[in-house]
Amino acid sequence: MLNNYNAPQLKGTQIRQLSFIEKTLHLDTMLLLGLLIMSSIGLVVLYSSGNQNLGLIYKQLVRMGIAFTIMIAISRIHPDRLLRWAPWFYGAGIILLLAVLVVGTKSKGAQRWLNFGLFRFQPSEIMKIAVPMMVSYYYSRKNLPPSFKQIIVGSLIILIPTGLIAKQPDLGTSLLIASSGFFAIYFAGISWKLLLSAAGAIAAAAPAFWMFFMHEYQKQRILTFLDPEKDPRGTGYHIIQSKIAIGSGGTYGKGWLNGTQSQLDFLPERSTDFIFSAFSEEFGLIGVCILLSIYFLIIVRGLYIAAQAQNTFSRLLCGSLVLTFFVYIFVNIGMVSGLLPVVGLPLPLVSYGGTSMVTIMAGFGIMMSIHTHRKLYSS
Amino acid sequence: MDIKDNFKETRLFTNRTVIAVIVVFIMLCILIVQMVNLQVVEYDKYSTKSVNNRIKIEPHPPRRGLIYDRNGVILADNTPSFQLTLVPEEIKNVKETTLRLRDIVEISEDELTRFEKLMKNLRSNNLHRFDHIPIKFQLSDNEVARFAINRHLFPGVYVKAHIARRYPLKELASHIVGYVGRINEKELKTLDYFDYAASTHVGKTGIEKYYEDILHGDVGEIKVEKNVSGRYIRTIEETQPKPGNDIYLTIDSTLQMEIEKAFGVYSGAVVAIEPKSGEILAMVSQPGYDLNLFVNGISRKKYKELQADKMQPLFNRLTRGQYPPGSTTKPLVALAGLHYGVIKPEDEVFCPGHYMLPNVSHKYRCWKKWGHGKVNIESAIAQSCDVYFYDLAYKLGIDRMSTFLDRFGLGKKTGIDLPGEKPGILPSRQWKRRAKNEPWYHGETLISGIGQGFTLTTPMQLAEATALIANRGKYIQPHLLKKHIDPATDTESTAKIKSNGNTITDVKPEHWGIIIDSMHEVVQGKKGTARKIGLDAAYEFAGKTGTAQVFGVKQDEEAKDNEELAFELRDHALFIAFAPIDDPKIAVAVIVEHGGGGSSVAAPVARIVLDKYLLGVNGAK
Repeated sequence: MLNNYNAPQLKGTQIRQLSFIEKTLHLDTMLLLGLLIMSSIGLVVLYSSGNQNLGLIYKQLVRMGIAFTIMIAISRIHPDRLLRWAPWFYGAGIILLLAVLVVGTKSKGAQRWLNFGLFRFQPSEIMKIAVPMMVSYYYSRKNLPPSFKQIIVGSLIILIPTGLIAKQPDLGTSLLIASSGFFAIYFAGISWKLLLSAAGAIAAAAPAFWMFFMHEYQKQRILTFLDPEKDPRGTGYHIIQSKIAIGSGGTYGKGWLNGTQSQLDFLPERSTDFIFSAFSEEFGLIGVCILLSIYFLIIVRGLYIAAQAQNTFSRLLCGSLVLTFFVYIFVNIGMVSGLLPVVGLPLPLVSYGGTSMVTIMAGFGIMMSIHTHRKLYSS
Repeated sequence: MDIKDNFKETRLFTNRTVIAVIVVFIMLCILIVQMVNLQVVEYDKYSTKSVNNRIKIEPHPPRRGLIYDRNGVILADNTPSFQLTLVPEEIKNVKETTLRLRDIVEISEDELTRFEKLMKNLRSNNLHRFDHIPIKFQLSDNEVARFAINRHLFPGVYVKAHIARRYPLKELASHIVGYVGRINEKELKTLDYFDYAASTHVGKTGIEKYYEDILHGDVGEIKVEKNVSGRYIRTIEETQPKPGNDIYLTIDSTLQMEIEKAFGVYSGAVVAIEPKSGEILAMVSQPGYDLNLFVNGISRKKYKELQADKMQPLFNRLTRGQYPPGSTTKPLVALAGLHYGVIKPEDEVFCPGHYMLPNVSHKYRCWKKWGHGKVNIESAIAQSCDVYFYDLAYKLGIDRMSTFLDRFGLGKKTGIDLPGEKPGILPSRQWKRRAKNEPWYHGETLISGIGQGFTLTTPMQLAEATALIANRGKYIQPHLLKKHIDPATDTESTAKIKSNGNTITDVKPEHWGIIIDSMHEVVQGKKGTARKIGLDAAYEFAGKTGTAQVFGVKQDEEAKDNEELAFELRDHALFIAFAPIDDPKIAVAVIVEHGGGGSSVAAPVARIVLDKYLLGVNGAK
């Protein structure tokens, strides 16, 4: 199999040699398997939710091809090089975010895009990687756990891009980026006391945030989340139909291609943000459990890689990327099932759409790079 | 830079990683709990909601029952009719298409405005852009053909067949059969929401309205699956509608036709009834109108025309026309005199041409200016002497007279199975107090005695009273519904008709005999007012003429000859009759509006009715 069992095992020392896939392709078999399974599930659900439109499947396949290629390409870059690049990468991201605010293209009331003629580009996507990189870079040179001052500096690294993105406005992405940076600080070893007081401070600041910083549509989303029945034709419609889709799936589901909520168009955004509802309708609670188990295995594998990483930068970066991946999952499923307000986050690897998939796969590329470039101790 | 303690850092990191795994696990469990909550605990609720989302019940209209006459001649049936519809979704420019359509089929302004209004309010009419929106109902065969040729020029325009009500005999018995029309908003509120979910039409007048319950049938339903925008996906389950029952009326359409013909230029009404059963044999309100005009909405212009028509074709004279009965009530008043013992058969009264109340100078004229001389009950009825009845009315008094006439159904609805029947007026002290808040005067008793004054009757009431005389008091409920048949099972039901009167049992048989003999004299006696039409009849019958004044004659004014009066001021001619006397098979009441005296125009019509019914062809000896 993958492991080379010819190597003699010595007590207390990691002596396993890298397998062919690891050494030559720089990929982690377990992680790759998990990603491929999830992507396949995504295609199966998309075929049904997209009304059996093969065109949609081809498009998604192309995107997946691009995303996997990017992952493979990144996995070949040595983590040390990523470490060196981190400040430049972060700096470039900040400049692009400033550019968005000045010359960005508006779409659906938000200024999030840079138009390069041939393609449009969302600089906030870069930040999903650049922010944890930068935070990890910063703490990699410090003696951990970090001092209070170091935590303030780390927070500033996070808050500058977060603020710029929130201003676009793109609350979902800014929260996601903030949490990715936060995870790096968490893994760096922020004290629990400080963590709890920070949480308390944020809770206390929430009303002010509501009053001064939130846009009307954002407030509306929160209000609708609290009481979707209040606006059953407008914003509440999504969540009501989504809950009907999920609930009516029952334990075993209505069967593939038989979900009436999705097949008859009752479920809005059923191939993108609400694809999980379409999945739950057709595959039921059992399907949901299997899906979440695979996600859980991917996350556990990712955290295992982080734990195996051999320097601080790799550990922090890998850990925060894995937890960010989890935030996607939790926020998306929490949203479509009515646990959280509607935030436009896709279900990673399953939702139809390209941008976020590329970013996510780039993250996995970094994880694989970290895992396959590690030095082995051999006898 | 501080010196890194790698061992400590690794331990710290492993610690944090383990906690992260635990937190991730807990949060995934929270998601699963929410899923269990939705998919297991609340499964029933969401499953129901999902079904309600997609399953729609589409009602299917039942076939409306047909209407036949007593011999099975069709009076109302259903026929495929074609309407022109537009499917907005499939048409680039609806306005331009409608304009071009007008070159091919005739689309009136009314229809166009209706269509445009509908297009603007699709949502509120529960229509979608992929539905068929009708622009014109009832295309002619020509228009269907013309459209078929040009079909390729009109994508998104369709000719759709549906079932429409049709009245093949058009005007015949129009006031009896009645018509159906589109359900209006007021009716929508009163009709059973479920039963009429698919129906577009409802009975508006006549039998169509009265027996709506029998004719309509039960709605069927189709359970269909629809997507979020209401588009049809598939049929899940179907319950067939139950067709309405077919109705057989008691009227004879041939007799009906003959009567309508007999009227000629006159307007008026005829009711012929079978005294034994109460079955209405014919009921004619003349002129009639083409019932088909109303089925899909009559054009405003045509409706105005009908309303403005002086002959009032839309007016149902049979149960809603209220006329002074004139001398046709004399047999009843005479019977009252005999019954109360006020007069004896042999009592004679001298008629000098007028009558005066004691101590009152007012002269009550007899229609015969120079008087009838000595008359008894028989000759008074036969010659319709007014003075005899002034005297009799005076002796009876208004109280006994109105009580007695009331038993013959005057002033009350007969309960005939038609909507909107009027009760007429049978004057009495109480009535006058109630209606006018005035006391009763003696003079009014006198003119009531000859069927003038306040008294008003419908032709239906007169026919019913005549049938009662023919039956010698035995009450029968007049009705139009003979039977109705469930077309699915072929089971026959007879109509349950509520009885609206009572048999008269306390009048002595010899009194009935005297009255009937006197009425016989009217038509077949030497001096009878209607002997011209009666003497040559092949059967023994009884009748009574009547004249209802339209134009009141003032006290000192000579009554003008009817020919000198403007047509619409001329008297109405009335005639009642039944035949044969010893075994009455038919009783009839005739009113010819502005026909002058009863004997001249009304009686001949009655004779035709009797002949056609009793003899089939021509009844001359």
